[in-house]
Amino acid sequence: MNIEAVRAIYGFEMSRWGRTLMQSIVSPVLSTCLYFIVFGSAIGSRISQVDGIDYGAFIVPGLVMMLLLTQSTLNASFGIYFPRFTGTIYEHLSAPVSAFEIVLGYVGAAATKSVILGLLVLVTASLFVPLRIAHPFWMIVFLLLTAITFSMLGFIIGIWADGFEKLQIIPLLVITPLTFLGGTFYSVKMLPPFWQTVTLFNPVVYLISGFRWSFFEISDVNVGVSLLMTSLFLAVCMAVAWWIFRTGYRLKA
Amino acid sequence: MPAVIRVEGLSKTYASGFTALKDINLEISQGEIFALLGPNGAGKTTLIGCICGIVNPTAGKITVDGKDIVADYRAVRAMIGLVPQELATDMFETPWATVNFSRGLFGKPQNHAYVEKVLRALTLWEKKDSRIMTLSGGMKRRLLIAKALAHEPRILFLDEPTAGVDVELRREMWEIVRKLRAEGVTIILTTHYIEEAEEMADRVGVIAKGEIILVEEKNELMRKLGKKQLVLQLSAPLTEIPAGLGAYDLHLGADGNELTYTYDTRAERTGITALLNDMRAAGVTFKDLSTMQSSLEDIFVDLVREKR
Repeated sequence: MNIEAVRAIYGFEMSRWGRTLMQSIVSPVLSTCLYFIVFGSAIGSRISQVDGIDYGAFIVPGLVMMLLLTQSTLNASFGIYFPRFTGTIYEHLSAPVSAFEIVLGYVGAAATKSVILGLLVLVTASLFVPLRIAHPFWMIVFLLLTAITFSMLGFIIGIWADGFEKLQIIPLLVITPLTFLGGTFYSVKMLPPFWQTVTLFNPVVYLISGFRWSFFEISDVNVGVSLLMTSLFLAVCMAVAWWIFRTGYRLKA
Repeated sequence: MPAVIRVEGLSKTYASGFTALKDINLEISQGEIFALLGPNGAGKTTLIGCICGIVNPTAGKITVDGKDIVADYRAVRAMIGLVPQELATDMFETPWATVNFSRGLFGKPQNHAYVEKVLRALTLWEKKDSRIMTLSGGMKRRLLIAKALAHEPRILFLDEPTAGVDVELRREMWEIVRKLRAEGVTIILTTHYIEEAEEMADRVGVIAKGEIILVEEKNELMRKLGKKQLVLQLSAPLTEIPAGLGAYDLHLGADGNELTYTYDTRAERTGITALLNDMRAAGVTFKDLSTMQSSLEDIFVDLVREKR
């Protein structure tokens, strides 16, 4: 294992993040907090509680998950796309480094960034609403698993994309709508039966539900199913990344 | 010198159907400077890409220091440094950060003293904390060499290292390459500039249309394929070559004032003495003479033209 290479890629990505502090940290945390303030205050004044939980507190896990999904995807996709765009990817391809080590460096850095952002939002939210975490261990498990899974997805998008526009398509046109419709701001049980069934085809429902369970012990779907679905998605992403490096798709001529 | 790189039956056909390399067989010796010459699209960069792991070959086998580039890719790649043709850099980074990154990527633990030595050798030390985007083209080119040297490679590929750089910088690059060779680094360079190969290479390979058409010691190549010419400035112009000189390979030029004799450098006798005697007999006198030797460029152009 080329640990030095993993360390180099990870360190490089983290320092890039540090250089763009306003854009990388302040902006996403601020916009998530704005969601929290607007939705929590405006709608929370009309919906006082959901499943016995204050509405302001109820939406926090969903908002953290929304941030986690978008930031993991964007960070990882940009991380690997930029060397492709500038041409510096030649160095990665000619280095004594395996596909696993490259993925570990990029996905590890992207996941670290989004976990830090998620925790920052949690801390900020706790200043506004009484927040309790019933299962801290499972909260961390869901947080890490989701960050890694969506960083993997972002890595794949970064290799697939052949322009900055494509880099944005999946996060903006797929992930954000799925997150909004996946129970970030409401419980799936509040929907009519038909839409409840439709919603179950949205993979984000399982992530938000499991994550919310770790806070309040309430969930829209079984926690085991949530965990299984997240792990399954991670496995699919890993298989795709393995195929990319095996075939050299969009990397090697 | 033993071969450090061995390429056997290498072919590359791109997805578009274009065949960039056809059954390439090549050996590079330890410690030499090997210049790969070829016109645009000849396959030079593809060949380097295959050896360095950037391009997937369609067929063939490549070994470096006896190790297969696929099965033993870690050991092989750790030995190789690559300076690409394009000025691909992380524009927002600093030279210091990017060279340290390259060292880590190639599996070497941090060694700030070594990185400093490399940056100083390439006169980049003063700019180590500047953003790469602020460096000049020549500095960026040197930075790419610094990155390629960061992991102390034994073999260095330079793909068009002096493309688009001014004459002074080109000579500076040549000096760098010579120093590296003196330190025992094997150097393979591709170039458009024949002058570059003539100046530096120990051996020359000519590639055209994806095929290696010649590999030869530079001096031997110039001796074998080089032509020499004796140019005589005549005292009085001639309207035609006298019949008594018909046996010689002569060309009358400059409105009959110049007679050029082309002869084979490999021949036991050049025929010059006989020609001068026959000229005297024919009443042809000259006021000055000079000799010219064909350059590597002439040889290259002839070879590539034949291939077409």
